[in-house]
Amino acid sequence: MTDAGQELMVIVRHSPYGSSLGRAALDTALAAAAFDQTVHLLFLGDGVLHLLPEQDAAAVGLRNIARLLGSLPLYDIESVFVDEASAQRYGLDLQLSPVPARAVDNDAIRELMSNCHHLVGF
Amino acid sequence: MIYSLLVMSSPASGYTADTAARFARAVISAGHTIHRVFFLDAGTDTGSSNAVFPQDESDRLQHWVELAEDDGVELVLCISSALRRGMLDDSEAARYEKRSATVHPAFTIAGLGQLVDASACSDRLVTFGG
Repeated sequence: MTDAGQELMVIVRHSPYGSSLGRAALDTALAAAAFDQTVHLLFLGDGVLHLLPEQDAAAVGLRNIARLLGSLPLYDIESVFVDEASAQRYGLDLQLSPVPARAVDNDAIRELMSNCHHLVGF
Repeated sequence: MIYSLLVMSSPASGYTADTAARFARAVISAGHTIHRVFFLDAGTDTGSSNAVFPQDESDRLQHWVELAEDDGVELVLCISSALRRGMLDDSEAARYEKRSATVHPAFTIAGLGQLVDASACSDRLVTFGG
């Protein structure tokens, strides 16, 4: 039903747990990977908080997003990027990220976006 | 050109979902095609047949129903977003033993694969809300 080889970028701009948008973004990325699309995931702005280590979602009764992120490589989603400036603003240690994420600057983000067929922002 | 729309905000808050319906109408009027409209997250509220809007506001459902019935636009609610918001069609209401369906028959309920398919089959995927 779909053209294989399409490249899709899923952009996460909202913080985790505050709304269900982050979860919707990851579900979309997983669905796209399941249909053999090449998926790039980019965390931008408040969205970089998804990459905080040692998340414990039990107290708010939600699924642990860090655990879901850690499983992304199993679904062939290995192209994970994080906006360098946003990560710095929040003082994130990317070495501790639940999924390996490459820090990119604005020029690199622009190039990544221009190489994708569709961008879906959450 | 083939367009698909992704709607992520509820018609109950703001006018983004309504803007999406107007955009869809404009796309069709300009001679383009809408392949599918996919409603995700809070956007699935759009399919509610039970929402009641004040008389001095526009009917948020009617625009979509017209697009579906007059122009054959496919309207799809994400199943996982819809279920947790109580948006059920007849078969889901029966499956989960709920008293009644809440989704207008102009909408169908399906998985995220329909969004992936829409993005792959369309020249443009335009997002509203989120």
